[in-house]
Amino acid sequence: MKNTPINQARRRFILTSATVGGGFALGLQLPTKAQMASDGGRDINIWVQISPDDLVTIKYARCEMGQGSMTSAPQIVADELDANWEQVNIEYVDVNEHIRMNRAWGDMVTVGSQTIRNSQEYLRNAGATARAMLVAAAAEEWGVDASEIDVNNGIISHAGSGRQSGFGALAAAAAAQAVPETVTLKDPADWHIIGQPFPRVDIPPSVDGTQIYGVDIELPGMVYASIRQCPVFGGTLKSFDASKARSRRGVIDIMSIDGNSVAVVADNWWRANKALQEIEIQWDSNGNGNISSDDILATFKASLDAPDAALLPNNSGDADQALANAEQVLEAEYFTPFLSHSPMEPMGATVRINPDRVDIWASTQAPEGLVSELVNALGVAQENVYAHRVQAGGGFGRRGGSSDYARSAALIAAQLPEGTPVKLLWTREEDTQHDFYRPLAMYRLKAGLDSNGNISGWKTRIASGSILNQMRGVPLRGGVDFTAVEGFTRLPYQIPDQFQDFKLTPTHVPLGFWRTVGWSQTPFAREQFIDELAVAAGEDPYHFRLKHMAEDELSRHIMEKVAQAIGWDEAPAAGIYRGIATTEPYGSFTAAAVELSVNDAGAIKIHRVIQGINTGHMVNPDNVRAQLEGATVWAISAAMWGEITLEEGQVQESNFHNYRLLRMAEMPVIETVLEATGGFWGGVGEPGQAPILPAFCNAIYAATGTRVRSLPLKHHGFSLA
Amino acid sequence: MKLQINNEVHEVDVEADMPLLWVLRDILDLKGTKFGCGISQCGACTVHVDGEPVRSCSYPAAAAEGKAITTIEGLSVDASHPVQQAWVKHQVPQCGYCQSGQIMTAVSLLAKKPQPTDADINAAMTNLCRCGTYKRIRDAIHDVAGNNPETTLAYEA
Repeated sequence: MKNTPINQARRRFILTSATVGGGFALGLQLPTKAQMASDGGRDINIWVQISPDDLVTIKYARCEMGQGSMTSAPQIVADELDANWEQVNIEYVDVNEHIRMNRAWGDMVTVGSQTIRNSQEYLRNAGATARAMLVAAAAEEWGVDASEIDVNNGIISHAGSGRQSGFGALAAAAAAQAVPETVTLKDPADWHIIGQPFPRVDIPPSVDGTQIYGVDIELPGMVYASIRQCPVFGGTLKSFDASKARSRRGVIDIMSIDGNSVAVVADNWWRANKALQEIEIQWDSNGNGNISSDDILATFKASLDAPDAALLPNNSGDADQALANAEQVLEAEYFTPFLSHSPMEPMGATVRINPDRVDIWASTQAPEGLVSELVNALGVAQENVYAHRVQAGGGFGRRGGSSDYARSAALIAAQLPEGTPVKLLWTREEDTQHDFYRPLAMYRLKAGLDSNGNISGWKTRIASGSILNQMRGVPLRGGVDFTAVEGFTRLPYQIPDQFQDFKLTPTHVPLGFWRTVGWSQTPFAREQFIDELAVAAGEDPYHFRLKHMAEDELSRHIMEKVAQAIGWDEAPAAGIYRGIATTEPYGSFTAAAVELSVNDAGAIKIHRVIQGINTGHMVNPDNVRAQLEGATVWAISAAMWGEITLEEGQVQESNFHNYRLLRMAEMPVIETVLEATGGFWGGVGEPGQAPILPAFCNAIYAATGTRVRSLPLKHHGFSLA
Repeated sequence: MKLQINNEVHEVDVEADMPLLWVLRDILDLKGTKFGCGISQCGACTVHVDGEPVRSCSYPAAAAEGKAITTIEGLSVDASHPVQQAWVKHQVPQCGYCQSGQIMTAVSLLAKKPQPTDADINAAMTNLCRCGTYKRIRDAIHDVAGNNPETTLAYEA
């Protein structure tokens, strides 16, 4: 540890008062530890540090797992600062420092496509404040009026006197300036870094093997662990016989964890895992050992008819009366299965426990979640936990809600000699069978059509487990888990008479946030049912949607752009069929159109996918494009093959041979439509997927006349060509 | 046993059936090669053995004795290999975890077929990418090959 003269008490006071006052922590004008030791650079505020050589270090608080915001969030700061992007260096916020400084950097958790949406205001303020302080310093030094000073691309200048300076020479003076109480943020028309497709800063280390993920940590004296958890959720460990395993080469220790897992520690991971396979384990399934997918489906079926359900807040009019008056009434039930996240990097964590501190290295979407997991597991003070930042090998929600793998690693470390770093790595089988799964859900929709082909009355019954309640222990507001009903709480279609409700249907299967969450499944029902209504009305599905969207300009806008891109109003080539869908997830507006053909054997050839998004403001268009491309792959994998099934209380799928993902040969041609109409900040990572699934299934209906109301498609005789 | 990795000979004391992946990662600290599935399904562990792409999670270290092993670390000293450069130019990686394997597979494909067709790419590039970067992988390979992605990716009815 370096000696530092920083007055922690004062620092904390300043930050606390600033945080309370404005929700944004400014005023930290003391050099950081690192800078004291190095180059004499200065913190202008907690987000911006400037070195004498003009290097601008912008802090990044959230995580990077391929979603790109480690680049796009600092773009926002740099823009208001009028920095030269070539001189910008991006550095993770230290998690321990963040906790000790009263969470000065705001949220670190990287979920729900929130990083830009929920940080942009304080990031813009941080950049603008730092800029104002640089300008004030220049004004003082040059004896000119601050209002006459320009900042452009990292150069501060005064036209009248001809003076100019880089940021570095003025950094010390800027850090000593009073923090302005208010700053004026730029008009979006003046943005020149926001909106640029800058290359992602985390890409170069991903092409030469130097990127460090959680599983790549190597420390002196490190030992390695593999774990087997009770295959039945809720089950416990009865006994185990490790006599064979103990004598295997390299085995250091064999232990039970949390009463429901067995772990082997060895001098490398392969030896640990090999020994683990030789342990005979007896489990107690605690009453869950007979549960199968069929049982779960029966429970959900019953939920569709259950008399007691919680009302959605957007109910209006009299749906039953409207249905009674309708010319024709349609009813359909839809089903979406449990799904696993299966990021390419399996779960794992490295933990080292010393008397005065606990260190953890783990791929995560929730650095503070790692800390609280260790506080709970070990009873240590959060100030003494040091969570180190690494790239995550995919997250998709698996590493955000629960840090269960960190707990296991900590409990293993606690049974080893003090100071021994242990790296726990799960097998792919553990990863697949011990996930927090996308909830299984059933939907019953009912709607009427009047004689003009307008929707007259709409009813929805949603049966789903609750992520919020089961995983997070959050009480449900009004009995509804809002993550399960996304997509129904604000229909973009103007239907005066609506009645929708939610029937909580818990199971023993752990639930979690799976990329796009409720929006990954509700549009499968909603946007196909709209198609069913269009067909019943004898109308074109695109124009049928449009006519019901008169009051929803943004939904209409993105759907029109996508329809134009695919040439909706001109007939496709012979044998090719189209589907379209629209959604409004995570503050953005997305639409998709798919062109495909299906042969007599049910092999689907996807010819083209058009993905459209309107994010309002858009920070890094190339990254948005990448996210949309990936979301398409994600959605089509789920549509074709995705399902987690249960027999005898345990997950049957185990690895990529039976949890199939899309490969290169199946990759469709994707075109993206990027819209930034301004006025709002929408999310990016999650929304892209939402409209793909229903657009794809609507196209399958157009091609085959088969309306697929349950997933995956492999059970309906379809394959992907 | 003796293993020749990235033009350097390493003497390692490991079991004959220890997969090459774990020798690379845990014994020799070459962390660029990744563990994804352990059953040759995903390709995150792809390295070259005598120029051929192999899935090192299921390749016994003993089988590599006397052969030339190349990992992502041995592709270039400064990320200057044309495939690595194309990966950056096309902004291929998202999380990046599978990309060492993707790159090693692509390098091998291009060595055999300097101007691969889409069909060649489909046949060779069987590595999984959960982030879904396949489009950009394809574009980057075509770029290295000097193919025109616009024409090779023509919309086929």
